[in-house]
Amino acid sequence: MSALETESATLTVALVGNPNCGKTTLFNAFTGLHQKIANYPGVTVEKKLGTFMTQHGTEATLIDLPGAYSLQPQSPDEQVTRDVLLGHEEGTARPDRVLCVVDASNLERNLYLATQVLELGLPSVVALNMMDVARANGDDIDLAALSAALGAPVVPCEALTRTGLPELRVALSGKLEPARMTPPPEGEDGIAARYERIGEIVDRCVRKSSTPILSAQERSDRIDAVLIHPLWGWAFFLGLMALLFVSMFSFASFPMDGIKWVFEQAGAKVGPLLPAGDLRSLIVEGIIAGVGSVVVFLPQILILFLFIGLLEDSGYMARAAFLMDRLMGRVGLHGKSFVPLLSCYACAVPGIMATRTIENPNDRLVTILIAPFMSCSARLPVYALMIATLFAGEASALQQGGILLAMYTLGTLTAFAFAWLFKRTLLKAPRSPLILELPPYRRPSLATVVHGLRGRAAAFLKRAGTVIVALSVVLWALAYYPRGGAEMKKEEQLAQSFAGRMGKAIEPALEPIGMNWKMGIGLIGAQAAREVFVSTLAVVYAVGGEDEGGKAEPKSVAQALRQDRWPDGRVVYTPLVCLTVMIFFVLSMQCISTLATMRRETNTWRWPIFAFCYMTGFAYLASLVFYQGGRALGW
Amino acid sequence: MSDSSRTLADLQPGERAVVATFPAEPGTQRLREMGLVAGTRVRLLRFAPMGDPLELEVRGYRLSLRRAEAALIPVQEAAKP
Ligand SMILES: Nc1nc2c(ncn2[C@@H]2O[C@H](COP(=O)(O)OP(=O)(O)OP(=O)(O)O)[C@@H](O)[C@H]2O)c(=O)[nH]1
Ligand SMILES: [Mg+2]
Repeated sequence: MSALETESATLTVALVGNPNCGKTTLFNAFTGLHQKIANYPGVTVEKKLGTFMTQHGTEATLIDLPGAYSLQPQSPDEQVTRDVLLGHEEGTARPDRVLCVVDASNLERNLYLATQVLELGLPSVVALNMMDVARANGDDIDLAALSAALGAPVVPCEALTRTGLPELRVALSGKLEPARMTPPPEGEDGIAARYERIGEIVDRCVRKSSTPILSAQERSDRIDAVLIHPLWGWAFFLGLMALLFVSMFSFASFPMDGIKWVFEQAGAKVGPLLPAGDLRSLIVEGIIAGVGSVVVFLPQILILFLFIGLLEDSGYMARAAFLMDRLMGRVGLHGKSFVPLLSCYACAVPGIMATRTIENPNDRLVTILIAPFMSCSARLPVYALMIATLFAGEASALQQGGILLAMYTLGTLTAFAFAWLFKRTLLKAPRSPLILELPPYRRPSLATVVHGLRGRAAAFLKRAGTVIVALSVVLWALAYYPRGGAEMKKEEQLAQSFAGRMGKAIEPALEPIGMNWKMGIGLIGAQAAREVFVSTLAVVYAVGGEDEGGKAEPKSVAQALRQDRWPDGRVVYTPLVCLTVMIFFVLSMQCISTLATMRRETNTWRWPIFAFCYMTGFAYLASLVFYQGGRALGW
Repeated sequence: MSDSSRTLADLQPGERAVVATFPAEPGTQRLREMGLVAGTRVRLLRFAPMGDPLELEVRGYRLSLRRAEAALIPVQEAAKP
């Protein structure tokens, strides 16, 4: 008879452990989900639920929790772990069992939290993870002795290779006694007393190899000697960035041409099947042109994510925070803010969530407010389109990558400038201490990186298939109706459409920054999400473009843009205008999801509204100065 | 040379030391929870390129602190093995 049969509700198991000890890897292995894994502390910042099958074939709930160093929390993410474990978290019942994950290669520090957790007296299993690393370090751990010392079953495992998973499942499924661990003797200093007891346990249970072995840590030290070297470190960092931006243009161009070709063929094949008129225009000029213009950028976005994924899973992120702490200090920020900011290069939404690892509330708020300046992947299509328009396709990957790098740099420097301003005015706070663990370097796991990429690609395509399709249809309708007379030229028809009228209404505000009413339509669309600017332009220029006798040669959006003229015949998309558009997009706040995330993380609408106003205002001002300055210089 | 007023921030790269007794103030709570308590053996590995923060070996893992925090922790000379 198992203990489970006597329990009415489903079993709930919580994963608890230090940051970066492999909880999420174990969670994914158990539940088959693909939550984010990376080799730096503080990846998981909120609780995640999944289900797994117990040994007896019953379903049980597994809760993945943020890593914590102690049950006395210092940051919002650690608070979640404590609250869930003590049953204080609203809407979450106290877990029935605890799967206490311990990094076997970093036993002493990991046992600090583990002993605290075991003392709570919940039925617990200790998962001794990273056994491969401990073995390679030459540590021989006496499992029976450790289990006796901790008062709970100890199961060795390697989450990454799923070794030990069946044993863990058995241990979690059967009858499980409450952990028998008594608190260390009350003294003046509870922390020292706890470490003293841990020292005794480790002395008793771990035998170090007598032959010298190059441990994972020592191997990391050798890598660090180069990667955080005053000279080689920066050279490596800059080289890496250069490689990223150049490869975004060189390697991506081939698959991008392929995707473009597919959508062009689709338009050319589907068009003739439909009767000329509203429906054909909707399908060909609205949906296919709109979605195609965004999906084309998938390869570039994947290259960006591949780089970020490799950096994250290798262990370089924590080093980046270490390297940047001093520089970040100049603007009043913390080295730890750098990791969330780096993930904003992918998308500001997870980046803003990742600020939960920042202890000081004001530091956290400043980081949230400047996060949207980091150029996210949704801006990439805009930059790429403008760069293609700017160069007429005859520039080297180096030139194109150079401009892209300049845009990323502009966003990053602006973020720091505003951090400096906010820390000096609105959100003063004393500098909080830096206490940052530097995990050993690991070879990035192929499965982790591939799953990460697949998730990103799926999210991007899903967005293209839902949001972008919907917005393309709406914009197509706004750009197509009301119909004027049949004798109207397409351009005139567009001008008197709903979208055209909206664009014309805001054109006076846009002319000083070199933009015309068609770009105005794009900007209105971009308020929902930045890449909609590109799909909108694709729709607008497809609807408004001149027909060459019904069977238009498929034109790229960039080609269409280059042919646009002001009424007086001047070219609209001069190099100066293309750069101004990019600068505007670097600096302005145009993303509903980011605003909603800010609202959720700060619990008030005040900060998202503030962020929207200051960013958009500054973007306009900067574009104005740049464009008018450029004009005055005769560009 | 047993200068009792040395702290972690005064160590040279590569130098080993032992944490000396220090009062349990609230500001040092997390440092102590990370394993820096009296009697802990530490080794300073390096300073960041701009001189701050620094990287330590503590209890077999790598911890990064600023000089300001490191200066809160007094150290003694490590016993010769
Ligand atoms: N060598 C080795 N690496 C592992 C093992 N388990 C996990 N890892 C790696 O350890 C790193 C951290 O894994 P995560 O699962 O993200 O750790 P976590 O405990 O969820 O971390 P936080 O969410 O930051 O608290 C990743 O790079 C994993 O690939 C293992 O058994 N052996
Ligand atoms: Mg995790």
